[in-house]
Amino acid sequence: MTLFDFWDVLVLGVVLGSLYAVIAIGYTLVYGVLQLLNFAHSEVFMTGGFGGVIALTLVVPVASPSLAQSAGYVVLGICTGALLGATVAFFLEKVAYRPLRRRNAPRLVFLITAIGASFFLYNLAGKLFGRNAMPMPRMYENRTVFTIFDTTINITQLLIVGSGVLMLLIVDHVVNRTKLGSGIRAVAQDPEVASLMGVNIDKVVSRTFVLGGLMGGAAGFLFGTTNQVFYTMGFLPGITAFAAAVLGGIGNVRGAMLGGMTLGIVEAFTVDVFGDAWRYVGAFGALVLVLMFRPTGILGERVARTA
Amino acid sequence: MSDRNDHRTTEGAGRVSTEKSTATASDAAGAEAPLLELRDLHVFYGAIEALKGINLSVRTGEVVALLGANGAGKSTTLQTASGMIAPRQGGVLLHGERVDGIASHELVRFGIGHVPEGRRVFARMSVLENLHMGAYRFKRPDPRDLERVFHLFPRLAERRKQVAGTLSGGEQQMLAIGRALMGKPELLLLDEPSMGLAPLIVQQIFDILKEINEQGTTLLLVEQNASRALQLANRGYVLETGEMVMEGPAGELLADPRIRAAYLGEHVEAEHS
Ligand SMILES: Nc1ncnc2c1ncn2[C@@H]1O[C@H](COP(=O)(O)OP(=O)(O)OP(=O)(O)O)[C@@H](O)[C@H]1O
Ligand SMILES: [Mg+2]
Repeated sequence: MTLFDFWDVLVLGVVLGSLYAVIAIGYTLVYGVLQLLNFAHSEVFMTGGFGGVIALTLVVPVASPSLAQSAGYVVLGICTGALLGATVAFFLEKVAYRPLRRRNAPRLVFLITAIGASFFLYNLAGKLFGRNAMPMPRMYENRTVFTIFDTTINITQLLIVGSGVLMLLIVDHVVNRTKLGSGIRAVAQDPEVASLMGVNIDKVVSRTFVLGGLMGGAAGFLFGTTNQVFYTMGFLPGITAFAAAVLGGIGNVRGAMLGGMTLGIVEAFTVDVFGDAWRYVGAFGALVLVLMFRPTGILGERVARTA
Repeated sequence: MSDRNDHRTTEGAGRVSTEKSTATASDAAGAEAPLLELRDLHVFYGAIEALKGINLSVRTGEVVALLGANGAGKSTTLQTASGMIAPRQGGVLLHGERVDGIASHELVRFGIGHVPEGRRVFARMSVLENLHMGAYRFKRPDPRDLERVFHLFPRLAERRKQVAGTLSGGEQQMLAIGRALMGKPELLLLDEPSMGLAPLIVQQIFDILKEINEQGTTLLLVEQNASRALQLANRGYVLETGEMVMEGPAGELLADPRIRAAYLGEHVEAEHS
């Protein structure tokens, strides 16, 4: 591996890591408030991808779009993906999980429900949109934007990292600086006491799903910009992002960001050094290794709930 | 679901009221409905009946102590009053209006503050964030309330940036009380605020509770520390395995030999079963 390769690979890793980080937010937020591993989040991601592509297919007839048109397409794609992701996440919580909470169902039932919802949603997508991949309409000429260390950065890469980082900043702000964020953190730490303070738990849980859904859906579209969308596209990025959330310390928002970026970079280097067959070995090997020494993840902390 | 021997508990069987007519020192309310009234409250955990038809009332301005051994149902009583638990039978009334069935996050708007057993501060939030959580029901925290809390508990002002989980037990208790005050409660429910604290800190906390009451907040105080609680209180109730067995002016309860034996650690041979 030459030095020039290094930067190329690092860029690939950061692009991948941005996506994982944004998806991981959804897992970690929901885990925080409900201690639920929401496996259906990968389908929120997938739906966002389809939403973006379908919306664009309806409006992209121009062969060589102007800069303004290109920007419009991108914004449309991201927003449609985000909104559709949020919608699916919202109804997922309402239809699948809330009835279980009402009845105080055991943890295992939530898990099975999550897996069931995931199967249902991706098979439904396969039925509705076909089992073949849908190509991403061409929104822009994917040319090089700039070059650093002899490594070219193209529009798609810049788009993914740029909007990914922007979304992470927004989530971080919402969680740490807004009233909804205090509600989310309070419910995560002690739901009973949170409700004594006037926090409506149902509302907070619902909005947490929406926040995670916005991120997941937008990430689905961004993922699609590198290639295409297909009904099982959520599976591998979903599992990896989930692993990223665990790696960073599940429940911890900044941990999810860190974990996502780490796994993206590890994956890129693993592929570069050992070949594509090893793609997930590196990332999951890193996960196992970290958890052996820090079972709560990199930023995971377990402060006792009561003194 | 088979009929679990329905509630009509033998009222009065275990009831040894010291005196029914409870004339209180700070009796300003007159004929008005009490601030809080629990009426024939039956509360269940599954098949276990934790409260077997208790009655309790707190008038505006009072300090009322609720005493009882471990597992008597004291916390359950407070939790029912603040809407955390719905009673199966009976009513919770605030100023004469039924509020049972209203969820706790809505009930705070009626002016109930609950300092839960074991303090339960948000361990990963700072002192200031905890206090802000107490004012969650408002658009934004009232700076005057913050000032008041910092005035009552200067220690919290010094440590406002500190993560609550790293505070000492006494500081956490102060924070739990301060947090509840941020919600501008008319009635403050306190569940064993002296639990596990050194005598000096307990004294401080009780002094501050007295001050809070003098500033106009009504208190319903659950305590193991019966002597301190009764010294602060106007009236008291004694709960025993889900039934109210005594009630009366604090002074009378403090002088009652049964109370002295059971809760003040005085050795009288009468050990009730
Ligand atoms: N969540 C619960 N599930 C089942 N039983 C419960 C639950 N909470 C309390 N109980 C039972 O209800 C009874 C009353 O409990 P409660 O916590 O109100 O007692 P307490 O008077 O506050 O006791 P302590 O002084 O130990 O705090 C006890 O027998 C207890 O075991
Ligand atoms: Mg208790």
